[in-house]
Amino acid sequence: MTLFHTESILETINMIKLHHLDIRTVTLALSLRDCCDEDVKKVGEKIYNKIVKYAKNINAYANELESEYSIPIINRRIAVTPISLVGESCREYDYVYLAKVLDEAAKEVGVNFVGGFGAMVEKGFTKGDMALVESIPEALSKTERICSSINLASSKSGINMDAVLKMSEIVKKTAFLTANADGIGAAKLVCFCNAPQDNPFMAGAFHGIGEPECALNVGVSGPGVVSAAVSALPKNVDLGTLANKIKQIAFKITTTGELIGREMAQRLGVPFGVIDLSLAPTPTPGDSVAGIFQAMGLEHAGAHGTTAALAMLNDAVKKGGIMASSHVGGLSGAFIPVSEDAGMIEAARCGYLTFDKLEAMTSVCSVGLDMICIPGNTPEDTIAGIIADEMAIGMINKKTTAVRVIPVPGKDVGDMAVYGGLLGEAPIIKVNGLSSSGFVRRAGRIPAPIHSLNN
Amino acid sequence: MKEEKIVVTLLGADRVGIVAELTAVLAKYSVNIEDIKQTIMQDYFVMFLLGDLKSTTHSYKEIKEALDAVGEKLKMEIWVQKKDIFDKMHSI
Repeated sequence: MTLFHTESILETINMIKLHHLDIRTVTLALSLRDCCDEDVKKVGEKIYNKIVKYAKNINAYANELESEYSIPIINRRIAVTPISLVGESCREYDYVYLAKVLDEAAKEVGVNFVGGFGAMVEKGFTKGDMALVESIPEALSKTERICSSINLASSKSGINMDAVLKMSEIVKKTAFLTANADGIGAAKLVCFCNAPQDNPFMAGAFHGIGEPECALNVGVSGPGVVSAAVSALPKNVDLGTLANKIKQIAFKITTTGELIGREMAQRLGVPFGVIDLSLAPTPTPGDSVAGIFQAMGLEHAGAHGTTAALAMLNDAVKKGGIMASSHVGGLSGAFIPVSEDAGMIEAARCGYLTFDKLEAMTSVCSVGLDMICIPGNTPEDTIAGIIADEMAIGMINKKTTAVRVIPVPGKDVGDMAVYGGLLGEAPIIKVNGLSSSGFVRRAGRIPAPIHSLNN
Repeated sequence: MKEEKIVVTLLGADRVGIVAELTAVLAKYSVNIEDIKQTIMQDYFVMFLLGDLKSTTHSYKEIKEALDAVGEKLKMEIWVQKKDIFDKMHSI
């Protein structure tokens, strides 16, 4: 652009004003490996000081950038080294104390979430890993801003079924301890297969051990923009044209994220990490991934054809975005959380979107079973079966998959769970009533899969 | 030195004195006007202005606040944005 093009200016303004284009999160990723100590109080002190030192200006700078570019930066967050690694240097483990310290540091710098209260246990638990996992229900019920993620499986290592079973117990306990808020603790807890180590999105953000000292990662969004662009096309354009349109929009969304990310990193004095070019919906009408399916021609999310539409959408978003950024990472693709997407909520409420259809969709989406509310009396072994199925999809397809289900205490199929804000609300949906116990209680690991003979 | 250009977009009902009000504030804050375009779209007056901050001694924040006040006074929607968001988004 030599001087300026009025059409481009109006298009950008409309994307922000009418179609909810925003920067979903600027996430400061920070290594806490140098905070180890034998004394847990000293670990806490080091963690607090390091977070405040690096992140004290995160809000001020994000506000400045919002003003300079007139684009909302919705969330400002921090991702840290999996805390199991930091806390297991102590003579006596006290992970709940470390969660409280992280929570205090988050409050001090004014971020709404800190991710990384987690562990990588795909092949087994260290003592510290187990202590951290055991502490999750209490830690998440006694803090406000902590998110926890545990990696239970990978394509290289297989599925740790002992960990799957353990996490089903932890998910239930966490929901139970936050029963007065419809089990919201479980909304901040995610089980992963092939967890990305640079993801800026919660609840799964953490700073992996191959990452540098610190980095600024950005998550962009814009399902509303994609939906509007697809809706504006004539109804009879072929799928190649449709995919191209999605790619063009994804490019535009991503360039904005890259610009804000680089500016933000420079102001914080940290390297720019990655841009995660995900379509992350919100409960706001029009900001829905399910709405894109309708714009693509399906009656509603859940119709036969939804998995194919999602596969195409996910792929086109990546193809369009990759050219717009030097470093793409994180989860990158289309998210399909139920409670956070007005169209998905409606589809689940009407019975169009069943648990089984959601599971099928996760084989081609960018994450997994996300923000799905299930009956509070769902047996732990059934939850373990749900997690195991999802881990298997990720392991075999060499992709990230995740499970964030909430067994809502005291509620049953047809009731609503209400969280408010970006977490939204969701109807409780039916899960299969058959027993999974004999399988999930066998103990051990599902061996790593063969990476040839791909049929 | 980094290029510091802003695009000001003003949208609303047409009336006498819109350009005068806006440009008076820009002159006061030493923002050089490089280009102005205006049009009527669906009965709305829309004006685009490209400003250069090279000569100003005021901060971006001060200028934006002053321009927001103009929008409020004229009862028009005003967007003040650094130009590079458009450059990045609409070119490869």
